[in-house]
Amino acid sequence: MVNIIWASLIVIAIVYSLLNGNIEIINNGILSHATSGVNLVIEMMPLIILWTGIMKIAESSGLLNSFSRVLNPILRRLFPSLPKEHKALGYIASNIAANMLGLGSAATPFGLKAMQELQKDNPKKDTASEAMITFLVLNTGGVTLIPTTVIALRMMAGSKAPTEIIITSILATMVSSISGLTLDYIIRRRKNK
Amino acid sequence: MNILSKIIIPLFVFFIIMYGLKKKVNVYDTFLEGAKEGLMMVFHITPTVIAMVFAVNIFLDSHFLEGALGFLKPILELSRLPLDIIPMAILRPISGTATLAIMNGIFINFGPDSFIGRLASTLQGCTDTTIYVLALYFGSIKVIKTRYALPVGLFADLMGIIAAFMVTFIFFG
Repeated sequence: MVNIIWASLIVIAIVYSLLNGNIEIINNGILSHATSGVNLVIEMMPLIILWTGIMKIAESSGLLNSFSRVLNPILRRLFPSLPKEHKALGYIASNIAANMLGLGSAATPFGLKAMQELQKDNPKKDTASEAMITFLVLNTGGVTLIPTTVIALRMMAGSKAPTEIIITSILATMVSSISGLTLDYIIRRRKNK
Repeated sequence: MNILSKIIIPLFVFFIIMYGLKKKVNVYDTFLEGAKEGLMMVFHITPTVIAMVFAVNIFLDSHFLEGALGFLKPILELSRLPLDIIPMAILRPISGTATLAIMNGIFINFGPDSFIGRLASTLQGCTDTTIYVLALYFGSIKVIKTRYALPVGLFADLMGIIAAFMVTFIFFG
């Protein structure tokens, strides 16, 4: 998917510029945009490093664990098809908790583990179960309390208030997650009637 | 609201450090360990970022969008929005790095504190890359039939994008 999109962006850009006779811009671009890429990485780097350091403390001190325990009762309602003590629930909680704290790289292993546990109960192994889909919707909502990368780039671009978008991001995420879960719930109810 | 945005990070950091001390964690060493992981992470994403910044930027340079989406221009001008926000909204569920590159371009051209700068920031922060997560998670357990997962995921993204527009307008419009 990303493969096709990446190639299309480049092919469209070159063909369109050739047709319009402004290939010179693309020529300069090919030579200079690698530098822009490296600059972007350098701009993000300090805050990413600082934040993963801080978050490692949250992980080691057990804060991440207690946080996911708080989420557990809510999750049980979202996954009525799973028994109360299902192993996947713990992984799902940790995945969501890690995502919320902006620990994307810590979230992925929990997510993969949760999927494996859900697969054990799945009668048709090549078809997604209801619980899997609910988890996916919950996960792609991507609830992040502090969008570190965005804040870092705003800061570097000279923003007067780099953190002012935290509230708007959280609100937009909540709308996204709630609508996804609602639609998922409606579809499930219809199918089980 | 503004105060809340300003104190959330300091409070967060304070709480994490205090909690770590209470649980007798060596916070300094743990920080270094995590920071090292962060450095490796930056190292790993560098090729992806360069690839995406390159593709997205020459695409925007070609002015293909102005040609293809010219009919949208009157509507967008009415709402004071540059065209750049459209590819960002379209690419959001597919590639987080591509939209990151577009967002940074918007910061450079219009400033992070402009309306579109704030909108782009909210868009970037509000959802994850649905298609990527779907491919990764279902791929890992060899599930091929994903049923209604993709439409529901994309629906959630769409609602998030609409919400980002509205929330940014209400707070900063």
